[in-house]
Amino acid sequence: MPKPEEVRYTKTHEWVHLGEEAVVGISDHAQHEMGDVVFVELPKIGQKLEKEKPCAVVESVKSAFDIYAPVSGEVTAVNDALTGEPAMLNQNPLEGGWIFKMKPSAPAEGETLMDWPAYQEFLKQSAQ
Amino acid sequence: MSTATTIRRTALNETMRKYGGKMVDFHGWELPIQFAGILKEHEAVRNSAGIFDVSHMGQVFVTGADAFKLLQKTNANDLRKATPGKGVYSHVTNPNAGLVDDIIAFCLAADRYLVIVNAATSTKDYEWFKDQAGKMLVTIENKSDDYSMIAIQGPSVPKMFETFAPEALKLPRFGIAEKDIMGEHCYVSRTGYTGEDGFEITAPHAIINALWEKMMELGKPYGILPCGLGARDTLRLESGYLLYGADADDFHTTYESGYGWVVSLDKGDFTGREILARQKAEGVKRRLTGLTLTGGVPRPGCKVFLEGKQIGELASATYSPTLKKGIGVGYMTPADLKPGALLEVEIHGRRVPAEVVRVPFHKGTAFNKGIGA
Repeated sequence: MPKPEEVRYTKTHEWVHLGEEAVVGISDHAQHEMGDVVFVELPKIGQKLEKEKPCAVVESVKSAFDIYAPVSGEVTAVNDALTGEPAMLNQNPLEGGWIFKMKPSAPAEGETLMDWPAYQEFLKQSAQ
Repeated sequence: MSTATTIRRTALNETMRKYGGKMVDFHGWELPIQFAGILKEHEAVRNSAGIFDVSHMGQVFVTGADAFKLLQKTNANDLRKATPGKGVYSHVTNPNAGLVDDIIAFCLAADRYLVIVNAATSTKDYEWFKDQAGKMLVTIENKSDDYSMIAIQGPSVPKMFETFAPEALKLPRFGIAEKDIMGEHCYVSRTGYTGEDGFEITAPHAIINALWEKMMELGKPYGILPCGLGARDTLRLESGYLLYGADADDFHTTYESGYGWVVSLDKGDFTGREILARQKAEGVKRRLTGLTLTGGVPRPGCKVFLEGKQIGELASATYSPTLKKGIGVGYMTPADLKPGALLEVEIHGRRVPAEVVRVPFHKGTAFNKGIGA
């Protein structure tokens, strides 16, 4: 399972572990901001994704949050365990809390996403 | 300076921040939405103890020979139930039988009442009472700016009060006592908005921070948690309590909100009585109806469907930590949907199956003693 330094980040706080089959989730910062997650609306296997378009929904007690595709491609797997245990998104957003896997259609898109130091800087800037 | 754009802070603001409160703008008041997390806070109140800053709530004092007369005229409930030392939950009605506000009127003495009003409506209520008083012998004072208020809620709260205020333990549900605390005149009532047993204390700003700390200390053995608006909302909605501005307003009547027990048609005349009497006889066309669902989290504004046809939308809705499913209430037509009836709620464009249920969704310890008694 990836470490925070090994994944790329979007400005909408998704993380993506790039590869032939990319893994997508939400950052620790995002889960903290959302609060207690109680429901996850997963995408469908085979669903076509377009970069930066909503593809899943995470519901906390407080509110609903759209999840955006970090890169374009097709969904290859979804984390069904989140249906029974949505709190995994809070407890371990980078391991048990992964949301879906996908086959990127334009792998170069991933290279434009923020790496860990850039994301840290982005969080710092957004907080101001 | 515009008051509409100026955020108001309670006297507990610094303390809320110190305890890690995530502050938000709530109808112009800066209040904590959560501390440790809504689920943890919710569970603390259901199982043991939680404490809330509810200083945004308003206090209107009604005093004088005609104090009872004014409140009897402006309320759907019978103020005779509020004998000295007791309060009554009531709806202040307008001529169309809509709600000016939902309140608790406490009788401190035969000619002295403390009315606890909602934050956003305190000025409106005050103006309404003044308007309705006409030439009555009554003094109406809006002292909302002079008082802070905290709510200490949960089944362990009476134990916390054993040494602090043993006399408060004798209070029945909706009872109130005036008590000097830390040298200041305070009002302690056995009320709340969570469905659990507990107390609310209206106190001058000068002692409120010290009082909060005292409660945290008394509650420590019971794992008391500071709680925010998030838990306040899940707790009150599970209990079926109305939120003014969402489930109740100037345009829906008490019968429509499913609070018929608040209406006392035989007490004599009061504002809106004729309309309510007619609704009682003929029935209502729409009613605030409760539903549950498991395929998502319903939110206010979600459309509700019966056999493919929209029958209303949700006024309040959230995830219920106690039931572990989505819950919501909304005004539905037809008004006579029976528990078990199957509906659909539109969430993010999906129609999610839902079921009509009786409200309250959950009965906490406050219901053991009877509500509104």
